[in-house]
Amino acid sequence: MSEKSAAIRAEALESLLVEKGLLDAARIDDVLTLYNERVGPMNGAMLVAKAWRDVEFRQQLLADGTAAIAQFAFEGGQVDKLVVVENTAQVHNVVVCTLCSCYPWAVLGLPPKWYKDPAYRSRVVREPRAVLTDFGTHLPAEQEVRVWDSSAEVRYMVLPVQPKGWDAFSEDELVKKITRDSMIGVEVLAERAGE
Amino acid sequence: MDGIHDLGGKQGFGHVELDASSKEGQHIHGFNERWHAAVFTIINSLFANGAAANTDHFRHSVERIDPINYLSDGYYGRWLGGAETMLVEAGLLTQDEVNNRVLNRGYELREPVAARPLVSPDVFPGKERNFQPTAQRLPASAACFSVGDKVIARSLGGAGHTRLPSYVRDIPGEIIAVHGAWVFPDANAHGKGEDAKHLYTVRYQGADLWGPSAEAGVVLNIDLFEPYLSGV
Repeated sequence: MSEKSAAIRAEALESLLVEKGLLDAARIDDVLTLYNERVGPMNGAMLVAKAWRDVEFRQQLLADGTAAIAQFAFEGGQVDKLVVVENTAQVHNVVVCTLCSCYPWAVLGLPPKWYKDPAYRSRVVREPRAVLTDFGTHLPAEQEVRVWDSSAEVRYMVLPVQPKGWDAFSEDELVKKITRDSMIGVEVLAERAGE
Repeated sequence: MDGIHDLGGKQGFGHVELDASSKEGQHIHGFNERWHAAVFTIINSLFANGAAANTDHFRHSVERIDPINYLSDGYYGRWLGGAETMLVEAGLLTQDEVNNRVLNRGYELREPVAARPLVSPDVFPGKERNFQPTAQRLPASAACFSVGDKVIARSLGGAGHTRLPSYVRDIPGEIIAVHGAWVFPDANAHGKGEDAKHLYTVRYQGADLWGPSAEAGVVLNIDLFEPYLSGV
C-alpha cells in the first residue's frame, strides 16, 4: 500500500465506525486541538530554558525528570517515567525507538516523520555519528555518543548545551530558539544563519 | 516476534529524510494530515471500548500487519493496520465492511490490506478497571541485578510480542540503571496479565554490537526486562 491508499482506507474506516456508534467524530477535533496547540516541543523547550537559568531546577530535572515536571501537569501522555540526559563537552546524547516510535509526547509533542521512518530507526543505533551528519551535525571525535533506545515505558529527553552568548536571552526568548531536534539529540544548538 | 518492525541495525534504508522543522529550525508540530488525527482518535476509541486491551496489545497488532505495508504505509498507516486488526479480532467489524466502504466512496481496492487479524485471537480476561496512571507496579520480588552487573539478553522465543530487539541479543552489556517493576509487555500483550517484572537500563559498547568497523566512542543504552537477562 502507500500513504495515499492508507488515507482513503482511514476515511472509510472513520465513516464506518461513526455509523456504528464506535467513534465520535467530534473527538477527532479534540485530538487535533490538543496536539496542534497545547502539546508540542515548546513544553520541552520551556523545561530546557528553565534548567539553564535555575541551577536547582536543573539538578532536579536531571535527578528525577518525572518529579521535576509534575508541577506543569503537561497533557499528551507517554511519559510514565521521564529521564533527562545532559549533553556536555564530553558526551552527546541521542534518542530513538527502534521497535516502534516511542517518544515523550507530553514534553516534545508528536514525533517528526523522520523519527518514525525506517532510515532513522535502523541506522542511529549502528552509526549515530553518520546519521547526525544527515542533520548537519558534526560531533568531535573525542565526544562520546550515547544512543538511548526507548524500548520500555521510560521516555528520554536531551538537555542540550546552551550556546555561548545565549545568557543574554530571557527564558521566553530561549523557548523560541531551543529546537525540537536539539532535545531529541540530532542537533547541537547554535545561532542559525539568518537569525 | 522477529518481525519487520525490529529495525535496529538494519542496513540499506539510506539517508534520513528531514522535515521542514529540522531544515529550518521552525517550531512546526502537531498533525500533518487530518486523517492522521482520525486514526489517532480511532485508536483512542479502541482503548475505550475494549477492542484494544492495553498498549502492548496495540503495539503487537501493529507489528503483525503485512510486512510490506509496514514499510510503505507510514506511521499512521501502520496504526490503521493495527486498528483494523483489533476491530476484526474483537468482532466489531469485518474487513469486507471496510473494503466495501472504500468501494462505495468511489475508490478502487488496488493494493493489499495491511491488517492481519487472527482467526483465533488472544483472549483478554475482563479487566479489573482499577485505573493506574503509569505502567510501573509494586515489585513482587527483589531485583536480581544491580548497577554494575554484567548481563546478556537472550530471546524468549516464540512469535509473541517482545521488547527485546534482535541487535542486542547474545552480547554482553552492563546494568547502568534500575527502574523498579513494570508491566511485562511479553505477557500483557497476550492477555496473560500484567506480570510486572524488574526493568533495567543496559549499556552496550558500540564495538561489541557492531564489530571492529563500529564508529569509535559510541555506547548504546536500552531498557530491558529481567526475564530477558542472565548474569555473565
